[in-house]
Amino acid sequence: MMSLLKKLVGWFDDRFPLMDTMKEHLTEYYAPKNFNFWYFFGSLALLVLVIQIASGIFLTMSYKPDAQLAFGAVEYIMRDVQGGWLLRYIHSTGASMFFVVVYLHMFRGMMYGSYKKPRELLWIIGMVIYLVLMAEAFMGYLLPWGQMSFWGAQVITNLFSTVPFVGPDLAILIRGDFVISEATLNRFFALHVAAIPLIVVGIVFVHLVALHKVGSNNPDGIEIKKHKDANGHPLDGIPFHPYYTVKDAMGAVVFLFIFCAIIFFAPDMGGYFLEYNNFVPANPMKTPEHIAPVWYFTPYYAILRAVPPLFGSQFPGVVAMGVGTVIFFFLPWLDRGKVKSIRYRGPIYKIFLTLFVISFLGLGWLGTLPATPVYTWIARVLSVVYFAFFLLMPWYTKIDKTKPEPSRVTSH
Amino acid sequence: MTKNVDHSKRLLLVAASVAAGGVAAAGAGAPFVISLMPSERAKAAGAPVEVDISTIEPGTMMVIEWQGKPVWIVRRTKAMLDLLDKHNDELADADSSVQQQPEYCKNPERSIKPEYLVVLGVCTHLGCSPTYRPEVAPADLGGKWPGGWFCPCHGSRFDLAARVYKGVPAPSNLVVPPHKYLSETRLLIGDDSKGKA
Amino acid sequence: MNAIKKLWLLVLLMSVPAMAIANESGAQLDKAPVDLGNNASLQRGAKFFTANCLACHAASYMRYNRLKDIGMTDAEIKPMLPEGSKLGSTMQAAMDPNSAKLAFGVAPPDLSVIARARGQDWLYTYLRSFYVDSKRPSGSNNAIFPSVGMPNVLAALQGEQELHFENHEGHATKKLLLTKPGSMKPAEFDATIGDLTNYLVYMGDPSKLVRSKIGYIVLGFLLILFVLTYALKKEMWKDIH
Repeated sequence: MMSLLKKLVGWFDDRFPLMDTMKEHLTEYYAPKNFNFWYFFGSLALLVLVIQIASGIFLTMSYKPDAQLAFGAVEYIMRDVQGGWLLRYIHSTGASMFFVVVYLHMFRGMMYGSYKKPRELLWIIGMVIYLVLMAEAFMGYLLPWGQMSFWGAQVITNLFSTVPFVGPDLAILIRGDFVISEATLNRFFALHVAAIPLIVVGIVFVHLVALHKVGSNNPDGIEIKKHKDANGHPLDGIPFHPYYTVKDAMGAVVFLFIFCAIIFFAPDMGGYFLEYNNFVPANPMKTPEHIAPVWYFTPYYAILRAVPPLFGSQFPGVVAMGVGTVIFFFLPWLDRGKVKSIRYRGPIYKIFLTLFVISFLGLGWLGTLPATPVYTWIARVLSVVYFAFFLLMPWYTKIDKTKPEPSRVTSH
Repeated sequence: MTKNVDHSKRLLLVAASVAAGGVAAAGAGAPFVISLMPSERAKAAGAPVEVDISTIEPGTMMVIEWQGKPVWIVRRTKAMLDLLDKHNDELADADSSVQQQPEYCKNPERSIKPEYLVVLGVCTHLGCSPTYRPEVAPADLGGKWPGGWFCPCHGSRFDLAARVYKGVPAPSNLVVPPHKYLSETRLLIGDDSKGKA
Repeated sequence: MNAIKKLWLLVLLMSVPAMAIANESGAQLDKAPVDLGNNASLQRGAKFFTANCLACHAASYMRYNRLKDIGMTDAEIKPMLPEGSKLGSTMQAAMDPNSAKLAFGVAPPDLSVIARARGQDWLYTYLRSFYVDSKRPSGSNNAIFPSVGMPNVLAALQGEQELHFENHEGHATKKLLLTKPGSMKPAEFDATIGDLTNYLVYMGDPSKLVRSKIGYIVLGFLLILFVLTYALKKEMWKDIH
């Protein structure tokens, strides 16, 4: 029996680098042994990606990208398709949880300086995934064809029309019509279910390839490859399999517990994951009283609203919003600190990072609310804090008093 | 690195985790597989159909849709019924011994009331819908044709009790769907449960 | 590493104050007596809904035979069916949508998911807040949905209400007073609307009836799986010093 199995594996191995790949990326891929709580979110993001693709494929079987039928098709899934409500709630909850996981994954990178040399490219690839994911989520949100789908898409596509000179034509090109219409629904459907998922899977693969080239960072922010044993294995590294496979499996179970608790007990999540107004079919004649994007976009939406128009144009706000997302790309070069991890950074960096978190969450909260003069002013202050974190970074990371890094990792 | 390791404990934990994980994966897969079953809309479309059979002229056939398939209701004349037992030796299953009909239709007429035949208009060969040819001995079907159905796809032949002839591609008689009489003239196709409808 | 503490931090981060349903008039809403475990109430609501609301509104994603969810039998559902409908048919309005639009100015909305869009408390309050208003073409208005297109079809049951403003330290609060009794006593009417609201909440998401039951099984199983994977992780990591 065992020899038969060995023969079979050998047959494959002669024709495909089966065992070599397993060794290189699992059993002999050495990861730092001191990963903490924050290091669960990478594998969890991969898990959510799989969940979204699987549930998405099955939803596509019953959905109809037709302005007359789309809203009804979602209710058809919710009521008539056997178990369809579960698939739909998995997908809608998965969309939000994807961003929860990705935001925590990004924050981990910021805390431990995972974007610094030699991981600049790894960080940039990750940021590309984040931007593509935003496009994926935005287009997917149009498909239920409710009021929030329609008007949210209307507002966002109109942002492009503020671009000087080409703006109005650009917005029409994106929508394929003068307003959001069936043409828009059809192309968003095609992009959401076919084009962008392919791109996401592709770049996620590249992200992993880049990770395995440079190796994982760790909470101490030191390179484990500097100290190797006689066999050339890092002294502070442990094989990914079995140690991190069992640990990540445990983390996945905890995550799925939270995920399922939401699906089965609060799929609306109080209007954050599924907005109430999206249970009204899209009506191009009537705008809802209050339009807010889904929670994962609200920090940027708050920045957009906080910037006052210039010469009657909203373009500065749109630019600020765009810069607010793209600025993450430049972190590897904005950060002049000598150490990577927050553990050995000085107090100034810690204060700035705390202020950044407060501004991000605060903006996110304000983005869900209708704009009042007071809120707009709070949003302006928080926007300044948000950008100050990035723009002042070359200065404060340089003058900050850092502690000496240990030569070996400190805990696990 | 692996000193003092209790291997049997590890093996047990791995086995238990893998087994429980397998159950979890099966459970997670269940809604996906279940979602492939006919939806409530499809079931509603496939629900039993009530028909008024009083309008069928003797010797003609009425076609209704049930579960997306054609169901034939034929009002057979006395002359048609008299011809039914004259060609038993040419049939593949003259006594309807193959379970292609509910028990209450296992009789020479293959029907509850001899006058009305209710049968699924789907050829048992490859699913085409045969053509109704009630006339006796037409030129194209030969002098011995007592009336019945001819399948245009592959030439299968059935008599007026929807029994298949020998030597044609179709392997068995046409299927009689479950049905019952609600009254003298009202027929329910797709449900033969006793008691109230 | 103190994982528990960090998990709490995560939960805290995620539980930013839940959004309230935007309430256009800002009026106080009454709490709807919703209890999806109460089949008797749901059935009363379903009967009231099919007998009254379906005259003008549709619930075109809801099938009649789905009422088996709330304990009704085919024999009980059959009398509720309009002419030409089957048990598996969806709930269509008796009135043609175009003529309804002519009559009321707006097409009566489909009610399949109205409870998800409006919220249960809003529906419960709205349906009890019609008052006499001679300025409106329909002769009635609503305290929490001003200039509503829907006429006060519930007047025969509830009676007629009038709107009064009361001054409380400069704040004008709306108050509805019953001026002409209807065929139902106020408590009886409130209970009827409570049943109706209960039914509308069920109809908005029928999966609610089974969701939490499956949910407990799933979470229970994941708990077992957690114990196993935790023990496995602990055991494997004994290697790491």
